[in-house]
Amino acid sequence: MKPAVLALADGTVFEGRTFGASADAVGEVVFNTSMFGYQEILTDPSYVGQIVTMAYPHIGNVGTNPDDDESERPHAVGMVAREFSEPSNWRSTASLNDYLAKWGVGGLDGIDTRQLVRHLRNNGSQLGVISTEKVSHQALVAKAKAAPPMEGLDLASGISTKKTYRWTKGTPDTLEGKPAPAPAGRFEVVAIDYGLKKSMLQFLVDVGCNVTVMPSSASADEVLGQKPHGVFLTNGPGDPAAVKGADKTVAALLGKVPVFGICLGHQILALALGGKTYKLKFGHRGANQPVQDLATKKVEITAQNHGFAVDEKSLNGRAVVTHLNLNDRTVEGLAVPDARAFSVQYHPEASPGPHDARYLFQRFADLMAGVPLPR
Amino acid sequence: MPKRSDLKKVMVVGSGPIIIGQACEFDYSGTQAVKALKDEGLEVVLLNSNPATIMTDPEFAHRTYVEPVTVEAAEAIIAAERPQALLPTMGGQTALNLAKGLAESGVLEKYGVELIGAKLEAINKAEDRQLFKEAMQRIGVPLPRSGYATSLEEAKQLVKETGFPAILRPSFTLGGTGGGIAYNQDEFEKLVALALNASPNRTVLIEESVLGWKEFELEVVRDTKDNVIIVCSIENFDPMGVHTGDSITVAPAQTLTDKEYQRLRQASLAIIREIGVDTGGSNIQFGVNPKDGRIVVIEMNPRVSRSSALASKATGYPIAKIAAKLAIGYTLDELKNDITRDTVASFEPTIDYTVVKIPRFNFEKFPHADRTLNTMMRSVGEVMAIGRTFKEAYLKALRSLESGRLELAAPDLPPAGAERKMAIIESLRVPRPERPWFVAEAFRSGFTVDEVHQYSAIDPWFLKRVSELVADSKALETGPLSDEQLRAAKVQGFSDRTIAHATGASEAEVRKRRHDRGIRPVYKRVDTCAAEFEAHTPYLYSAYEAEDEAPPTAKKKVMILGSGPIRIGQGIEFDYCCVHASFALREAGFETVMVNCNPETVSTDYDTSDRLYFEPLTIEDVLEIAHREKPIGAIVQFGGQTPLRLSVALEKAGLPILGTSPDAIDRAEDRERFAALIDKLKIRQPENGVARSHQEAYATAKRIGYPVMVRPSYVLGGRAMQTVYDAGALERYMKEAVSASPEHPVLIDRFLRDATEVDLDLIADRTGRVLIGGIMEHIQEAGVHSGDAAATLPPHSLSPDLIERMKDMATELARELGVVGLMNVQFAIQGKSVYVLEVNPRASRTVPFVSKATGVPLAKIAALCMVGKTLEELGHTTERHFAHKAVKESVFPFARFQGVDVILGPEMKSTGEVMGLAADFPSAFAKAQLAAGVKLPKSGKVFLSVKDDDKPATVDIARRLKALGFTLVATSGTHQYLKGKGIESELVMKVTEGRPSIVDKIVDKQIQLVVNSTFGQQEIADSFSIRREALMHGIPYYTTVQSGRMAVEALEALARGPLGVRPLQEHLAAGPKRAASAA
Repeated sequence: MKPAVLALADGTVFEGRTFGASADAVGEVVFNTSMFGYQEILTDPSYVGQIVTMAYPHIGNVGTNPDDDESERPHAVGMVAREFSEPSNWRSTASLNDYLAKWGVGGLDGIDTRQLVRHLRNNGSQLGVISTEKVSHQALVAKAKAAPPMEGLDLASGISTKKTYRWTKGTPDTLEGKPAPAPAGRFEVVAIDYGLKKSMLQFLVDVGCNVTVMPSSASADEVLGQKPHGVFLTNGPGDPAAVKGADKTVAALLGKVPVFGICLGHQILALALGGKTYKLKFGHRGANQPVQDLATKKVEITAQNHGFAVDEKSLNGRAVVTHLNLNDRTVEGLAVPDARAFSVQYHPEASPGPHDARYLFQRFADLMAGVPLPR
Repeated sequence: MPKRSDLKKVMVVGSGPIIIGQACEFDYSGTQAVKALKDEGLEVVLLNSNPATIMTDPEFAHRTYVEPVTVEAAEAIIAAERPQALLPTMGGQTALNLAKGLAESGVLEKYGVELIGAKLEAINKAEDRQLFKEAMQRIGVPLPRSGYATSLEEAKQLVKETGFPAILRPSFTLGGTGGGIAYNQDEFEKLVALALNASPNRTVLIEESVLGWKEFELEVVRDTKDNVIIVCSIENFDPMGVHTGDSITVAPAQTLTDKEYQRLRQASLAIIREIGVDTGGSNIQFGVNPKDGRIVVIEMNPRVSRSSALASKATGYPIAKIAAKLAIGYTLDELKNDITRDTVASFEPTIDYTVVKIPRFNFEKFPHADRTLNTMMRSVGEVMAIGRTFKEAYLKALRSLESGRLELAAPDLPPAGAERKMAIIESLRVPRPERPWFVAEAFRSGFTVDEVHQYSAIDPWFLKRVSELVADSKALETGPLSDEQLRAAKVQGFSDRTIAHATGASEAEVRKRRHDRGIRPVYKRVDTCAAEFEAHTPYLYSAYEAEDEAPPTAKKKVMILGSGPIRIGQGIEFDYCCVHASFALREAGFETVMVNCNPETVSTDYDTSDRLYFEPLTIEDVLEIAHREKPIGAIVQFGGQTPLRLSVALEKAGLPILGTSPDAIDRAEDRERFAALIDKLKIRQPENGVARSHQEAYATAKRIGYPVMVRPSYVLGGRAMQTVYDAGALERYMKEAVSASPEHPVLIDRFLRDATEVDLDLIADRTGRVLIGGIMEHIQEAGVHSGDAAATLPPHSLSPDLIERMKDMATELARELGVVGLMNVQFAIQGKSVYVLEVNPRASRTVPFVSKATGVPLAKIAALCMVGKTLEELGHTTERHFAHKAVKESVFPFARFQGVDVILGPEMKSTGEVMGLAADFPSAFAKAQLAAGVKLPKSGKVFLSVKDDDKPATVDIARRLKALGFTLVATSGTHQYLKGKGIESELVMKVTEGRPSIVDKIVDKQIQLVVNSTFGQQEIADSFSIRREALMHGIPYYTTVQSGRMAVEALEALARGPLGVRPLQEHLAAGPKRAASAA
């Protein structure tokens, strides 16, 4: 394989080999510590514009397959691993190498990824470039520096669906080869798409929802015009504060219908309540984050993928903090019981990651059925 | 929930002696548990019969009972101590079985003792296969098709459903004892009989074969708040069909997508909840069909296990410690992650390296046993390696094994052609310990990944990695090696030795060139979190990468080389010594640097030493660590042969060896130099010679006179050592067992008949002062390996005069050799003559036993002597004497090796040991027997058959047995002899005389005790089936008249009443009698 270089904006350079597409990639370099699920990570729209460093050294082992896509295509612009390998798995239909090449995602392996992860941990996430071009390291560093930073970047609006559509498919049992169970369809839910993962919609269907997916630009009136039993705010990429009009739309919905937000949706709910968000040094990206439900004191092992977090103080008591990250005590969940709205920073749909928090989809269904939020 | 305030006193149960399937991982977990409970202010009562454990050191638990792990002893302890709770999940199957026994016999209820960690119901649900099956059906987790049989008839019905091959799993046995795979009806019926016998409740599970499926294990931890975490996933390189303890395993799982992995995770959560393990760790095993992903659960262990020890070492997450704290009420979120300090224990470790575990086998000790691996565990130890890639970890693990082979060396095969190909295919198909080398050889011979997969069912992902390694190693052989290639080879994980072999250079040349080019490893931390948070624990592994993240300190440090994988002859005792060295030196202000590759041990716990390098114990790996750490020196005399073998080369490379010099060690081990030393000191040695050819061997043996003891030089545990009775047998030995050559001479000694063997352990300091640690008299006659013989401390029959003479000789030897540290001498006493058999200027297997029995921490004192302290400074100048008696007994793995004779000889076969402590020898011996699992009968028939020399001694035995109410059964010779002495016995036919013979009676359980001593090859062969059947039917047997006599005394002690229990702390505090030191 050809040599390739990863250059960071702070001037750090790693020399490795290319895999996937040999196209150059420019983006924010982040790391994910999950040992499983690179395909779901690649296709999670929250990673749009990012170069994902996988902390686990072996990537590619299980290839790729159509069932494990979280959206129609990869959104990460690059992937960095210690060692890429060809697949061995009965569900694999294409190697990761071919998959990345097909979608033009740049890959780099053969570097000390632990060093890179530690560097990002100590110095924060930063912009970087993967390149196979024979240009000087300096030029690549300059290119990284010139890339737009994540703060203030409205990536969600760009990635959101342009058209409203219906979704009624539940979670298929891909392993048993069984089709998804027929949805009960007790609730009509509008999902405002900031860059959603397919599995979120499937879990909503699983708990009895028919979902109408609307663009992030949809107004509150347009949303309410669908006469939904509840509104679901999806995950998505980038700076929540930059998502055009989202806070106002959600503020207008609050109190009118039950609201459930995940990740970016959670941050937008906080903004709608007048709160603020801030950028974390290197974010939470992995499948092992301990989150405590403050009501039950139980701990959920959660999948996470976010670079921004909600500032608890800024909320001034307008929402209850329901969940905390036990590693760094950051806000992981909010509830506004009177407005029948709640949200979590982490990913109950996992994919990849543990399924400990899936009960939250049921909580949303219960809320729509009239069960108040736990106080 | 915080700690329960109602618990003040908790009893912990250890796993007893080291046996196959239960090795020192339970000392590791038990030690963690005891420490954790003590840290919480609880009073800890410990029961464990194994003296070679750290957990039974008197300073760990408050009350340490080195007593048999039996219901009777445990009840006596409970009655005396009145603990509120019993923690049975740290001591393997042994402790769980004890807990079951205590619960079912009403003891727990009687004394109000609560089981914590796992309740009886949970233990039963997990262990009883029918209850387990029902539980799995309730939660919808599939199992392989199966059913239970309590008779052959039921089994035959069941196999019609499951088809062949059928798997047999007896209930309530550990490590799969008595289990197997049947491929046809005939084999099936034989195996069912064995399995029913092995099961305490005569129940066997007959199961659909999932041979060749992928095998996974998940390590699960749960707390009282129902928080559940997965600590680690493990994937087996060897697919289903090989016991996981005998499989190469890899962490984390490599060939699962997230969706598939989460299915296993979800199933694990459901299983631990359904089984009802409310606190602590469990291990759950799954099979996954590689073709369609169908999942079946194989089993769950509701306790810490070998795999949980591996998972702890693989991730840095201390499962046993956490489990102990959960058992007393804490929840995961209330406990800290020690490694990161700032984050909580309620998370799932994630790693950024790959871990490979490879089992270590000892089949060479049992040359007649079938080497095929199946569902009955046969490995005796294991190594673990950490690498940034699978390939690096795999190569590191292979070189950690000390198999004497290069990582990818060619196995023995026909030179070429179809025969060679067939041999490779057969060795891929049939799993045996050598299969990893055959996989490599297959690729070297042009097999494709698909072909190797087809034959072996090993996942192609692993095979592809091995094939890449083979291709890379081949590439090294062509043309001159560029610097880039050299660096790339090191990144892949190839050792200097392999590179040297491939390029025709010497290892030293490769090393020099590598150093000249600055190609050296960096060291990375094991941190539980893939670098997401900063780690504070210096638990390190090497990689040829860019960043070194654990620079050494400037402190004064000592490097301690561990003993590598456990094997027969090099067991937990050596790890015990290494751990003690680390403890003592840390306390004395040194920074200790531990190097070891055994995941089961206390030495590789991250808080045993200041810095832990989880690395292979080879010259290359040790020198790289020494290069950066720059210790004042290395301790090589505590870890057995593994570090000793490195000592000369390490010294040559400039690493100071602390204590006794490598030259002195060589002087004691080299037969000819040793003979000169003995002559100089005018000490006697059995007549002996060194043979460098067959001719020399025959001549030497003839000169000395048969029988002779023969063995290859430089071996531990009496490897390939035999008593040879005549020239014919010597010829066979020379041809089959060893090939003598100038480099590998064979040692020949006169066999001392009817001699008594003695072990003596001492410490010498730099001033030449000597402290006698202890003197042990073997119960069996000389000729039985000292590692196998039972022994008493102090000697039970030797005169004070003889004892003083031995002390004088040992002291002289220590001074002459310039020993600084530990030394062990083996003596044989024949009449009034004292012979020196062996001098080992290093830690011996008996050090923990002596230390425990006397309370004198020999290894600690020796370690301090080795860094320059004197015995006087340390205040240890006089030998300690006690009122109590200690008996060591060994345990053997014979039941797992079909067709192997149980007779003891000069080659060590035992895997572990127990200690019996009491006021008198018979009681101590009785305790040692019970602790070793020997069920001494109270009444019934005793079979006596002894060699002619032993006949006079049998008279007393026979009379005393009669007095105890036993009836005697004897074969003609013994029968006639006893009759002549007026003792009646029932005459029984020998096997060679017709039927029903003594063997039929044993099989029919008409015999309750066997005393059978033999002499000479033919006689041994004729009586083989007596001993073997006694073993297989659980009938106590003694193969020497001395041990038979001790057994009779033990029966008398038992007849007098209960043996009583007493904690070590009381034994040791009960007024040590001080006697003048010998030196």
